[in-house]
Amino acid sequence: MSLTLRIWRQNGPTAKGKMVTYKVTDISPDMSFLEMLDVLNEQLIVQGDDPVAFDHDCREGICGMCGVMINGEAHGPQQTTTCQLHMRSFKDGDKIDIEPWRASPFPVIKDLAVDRRALDRIIQAGGYISVATGTAPEAHSTPVPKKDSDAAFDAATCIGCGACVAACPNASSMLFTAAKVTHLGLLPQGQPERNDRVVNMVAQQDREGFGGCTNIGECSHACPKGISMETISRLNHDLLGALRAGARPKS
Amino acid sequence: MAKTSSVFKKIVMAVSGILMLLFLIAHMVGNLHIFQGAASFNHYSEWLRTVGEPALPPRTLLTVIEIGLLVSVAAHMWAAISLWRQAKRARPQSYVTKKSVAQSYASRTMRWGGVIIGLFIVYHILDLTFGAANPAGTDSTPYDRTVASFQNPIATTVYVITLILLGMHLRHGIWSATQTLGQSNRRRERTVSVFAVVFSTLLIAGYLVVPAAVVFGLVD
Repeated sequence: MSLTLRIWRQNGPTAKGKMVTYKVTDISPDMSFLEMLDVLNEQLIVQGDDPVAFDHDCREGICGMCGVMINGEAHGPQQTTTCQLHMRSFKDGDKIDIEPWRASPFPVIKDLAVDRRALDRIIQAGGYISVATGTAPEAHSTPVPKKDSDAAFDAATCIGCGACVAACPNASSMLFTAAKVTHLGLLPQGQPERNDRVVNMVAQQDREGFGGCTNIGECSHACPKGISMETISRLNHDLLGALRAGARPKS
Repeated sequence: MAKTSSVFKKIVMAVSGILMLLFLIAHMVGNLHIFQGAASFNHYSEWLRTVGEPALPPRTLLTVIEIGLLVSVAAHMWAAISLWRQAKRARPQSYVTKKSVAQSYASRTMRWGGVIIGLFIVYHILDLTFGAANPAGTDSTPYDRTVASFQNPIATTVYVITLILLGMHLRHGIWSATQTLGQSNRRRERTVSVFAVVFSTLLIAGYLVVPAAVVFGLVD
């Protein structure tokens, strides 16, 4: 396959960026999207150019590092991660636009790589349970209804890639935060901190500068793990309950 | 901080929206008095101003509704504007290429649609409540003002377009409020969506029968 790529090139966080056109040839349809970018980078290195910086780690679809905007869609046309997107999803001769996630809490580090630590800080604000660690407790000692454990697991599949923020017209991190709130809020271990968790995580996502949720649903469609909008409803429900119970965010 | 969080603003938006929606239902049903003739329509308008007398002072019901609506409109606009600004700040640099896969026309037009509906309400009150912007003038009966307004093609077109826009605003608004108040889940999502479409369509149809009746000469 031969492709025309238009890639966002930006030298550093404060540099001005622009779209630059590259041509790649001999791309196998069995390559992943990242392997196609590897081919481009090898070509750039041979030519003495600066290779395109992009994030990636496991290349197995579970680490959440490799998000980029492909032709205006987070992680491209398939509902998966960029590393699990294969070139067979494209046609020979296609023009592909590749851009970094765009949100002010996700500043560009270089080219397609963005700093997503804002999501880590939302987790630090409440996305945990405070228990003594040690050997795994006997599983039967804390019964969990099957329905709850399934729903909690669905939410727990969130890999924090940031596609929800990238796809959202408001650049809101609601689906991410809601997935964490749902995952912990449905399990018995998450109950003691349930009220504080939701108010602190919502306060933190506002502090980071993410937009607000308008329930449009772009996030859920872009999510490589298919996290449902139901989680957002659960977060809202928890927040209402927490405010009634008098929970207030830590400053 | 808790009261200024983006989710709290959405709750304000949802609750004020629901209050205005209840008013819209009552207003639509009230409008249908026009099919009972001029006397009934004008009498209904008079009744709204005198209900509860002499136990209650004149205009008690209307004053309560007016205050409720003013507070709701102000709260709805405050929440909308501050969330709009927050969203703008959250993405100062837009994408060169962006494809939308889930948003509907209704959800995309919420903000500007809301602005248009707000401006329309001002015109609507000047037209039909005060008569200042009405061809029949200020010292006319409500029935005369309604008929005069809908005999003007421009006023009628503006009314029809804005009401359709309002219907779409409600279609996304009903779904969004259900989410915001934490009442939606995966099983209910479809039901809520279908309800929102059916409800908005019926409500707006209820409004649009009045200009249709005037235009087609059933009411004059």
